[in-house]
Amino acid sequence: MSESLLRGERRDVPATSNLEELSKLKAEGFSMLVDMTCVDYLPQGKTPRFDMIYRLMKLDVSTGQDRGRLEVHCAVDELPVLRSVAGLWPNADWLEREVWDMFGVKFADRPGIKRLLMYEEFTGHALRKDYPIVRRQPLIGPHSGDKADSPSFNILRPTITGE
Amino acid sequence: MMSDTSGRSQKTYMLNMGPAHPAMHGVVRLVLELQGEKIIDVDAEIGYLHRAFEKHAENETWNNVVPWTDRLNYVSPLINNVGYAMAVERLAGIEVPERGQYIRVIASEISRVTDHLTCVGASAMELGAFTVFLYMIKAREYLYQLVDNLTGARVTTSFTRVGGVKGDLPADFAEKFRAIAKEVRTAVAESGQLLTRNRIFMDRMEGTGILSSADAIAYGITGPFLRSTGVSYDVRRSHPYAVYGKLDFEIPVGSTGDNYDRYLCRMAEIEQSLRLVEQCLEQIPEGKHSLEPKEIKHAYEIQDAGKFGDTALLAKYAAKVDQTLEGMSKDDQPNTRVLDRTITLPSKESTYSNIEGLMNHFELVMWSWGVKIPPSQTYFAVEGGNGELGFHLVSDGGDGPYRVRCRPPCLFPMAALKKLLVGGQIADVIPTFGSVNMIAGELDR
Repeated sequence: MSESLLRGERRDVPATSNLEELSKLKAEGFSMLVDMTCVDYLPQGKTPRFDMIYRLMKLDVSTGQDRGRLEVHCAVDELPVLRSVAGLWPNADWLEREVWDMFGVKFADRPGIKRLLMYEEFTGHALRKDYPIVRRQPLIGPHSGDKADSPSFNILRPTITGE
Repeated sequence: MMSDTSGRSQKTYMLNMGPAHPAMHGVVRLVLELQGEKIIDVDAEIGYLHRAFEKHAENETWNNVVPWTDRLNYVSPLINNVGYAMAVERLAGIEVPERGQYIRVIASEISRVTDHLTCVGASAMELGAFTVFLYMIKAREYLYQLVDNLTGARVTTSFTRVGGVKGDLPADFAEKFRAIAKEVRTAVAESGQLLTRNRIFMDRMEGTGILSSADAIAYGITGPFLRSTGVSYDVRRSHPYAVYGKLDFEIPVGSTGDNYDRYLCRMAEIEQSLRLVEQCLEQIPEGKHSLEPKEIKHAYEIQDAGKFGDTALLAKYAAKVDQTLEGMSKDDQPNTRVLDRTITLPSKESTYSNIEGLMNHFELVMWSWGVKIPPSQTYFAVEGGNGELGFHLVSDGGDGPYRVRCRPPCLFPMAALKKLLVGGQIADVIPTFGSVNMIAGELDR
């Protein structure tokens, strides 16, 4: 019966006031940051380019029931406008690192943010739509930067041409 | 260098655990700062098993992502299959036949048992209880044989399809399950006798890796980990998906949130999962397990295909004209547009034995020919072995996902690892890390 409630209501919040709005929501009882992610709308030409999604849940500690969810969207581009919410929910620390790693979305108060999944020397942000899936970088592939020597490795899909 | 109260400087040691440490379950690196044997700081470095699941998913068709999901949590792959397929179905507005839903629940619960058996068995082994590991892995192997009968593979199951499952239950499935459930219960009981009141085991597990329920919620932790702190949140109960609403099960909870509670929770959940499968096998109705592909195209479908500009294949189909015109405007899945108005892959028997099945299959797996879902987004979650396994899907109207975000349940306790370990002894890393049940495939994606 409550399957559709898993997603919760959508709420759009200006990126410049994300911390204020989310603090308010936390005070309202959204005690858990279930997830935080980002979508890149570059091919669709949306501006700003990225859509940050904060997924919140009100969790009733005594009954263990989900008392409602909320999906907070913030449209952002590459400029460091968003503020970190790690002070509200500590798991945001890693989730923000992942968003920075994969999308290159910066957080105004985390200038020295570290990648989460990729290594330090990796250049670019892999989940951006303009990062070709076939691109190889040194440290994973051959040091020369040549493409890996496999007949099907780099021709997964002819429509994506790579570099 | 640190100074203690007497003003003497004390040296701290940096110690790397992993990425190739036997207790690091796959690959993760912990950088520990130690003072003697006391942990004063921890930094967890993850990503060694990053295989770009989300990037690959964006370059596949909706159905072709299913095999990638096997590789997320590879000790309970069926739950990932089910979670992903259900998320796509939610996006497309499709309802799977009831029998298919029961089969999915059966598959998920068997996977949950294998997940917990692996977790408890492996963490007991790391504490020296090798016998328990052998008992549990033996029980797991029986279940894997059952999974093999059901899906054709022990681990890389790829069992679900958008709109159903790969196949029906084998004829003797219920009988086999009953025999295997007996073996599993014996193994769990024997392991329990070896561990639950074992002095050595309790000394290592009790009071180590404690997390309060408030901290667990702040860190977004779900699943057995959260339940061990006393909060009975379970997606199966809070948002009863598939047929969980019709089944009777208990949610075991702990009280202190230490390693020992997490062990007890997992042991109790194994029994609940076995009970769930037994109930499903009693209740499961006859009927279709998946939405069925149509064999011959109706005239209106060919017309519609032309309207959408899909003219290339029209010449290959004979129109089936219904004299009565009854039910012509009725559509199985009104929200999806695909040439033959079906989105489920035909059964393998059909693909290999007749031309309609073969063409149906081929069209569905060809790029830009498959299922098209209108632009929309959704989030759907199932209860994975480690907690809430969520998928956020975005469609741009194409035949594959525009974006797939997998919410990996074990990332959250890993993010809280500093909280769990700092202040403890270095020996506590092993049981705590074991009870976190980090699965690198899911964590790094």
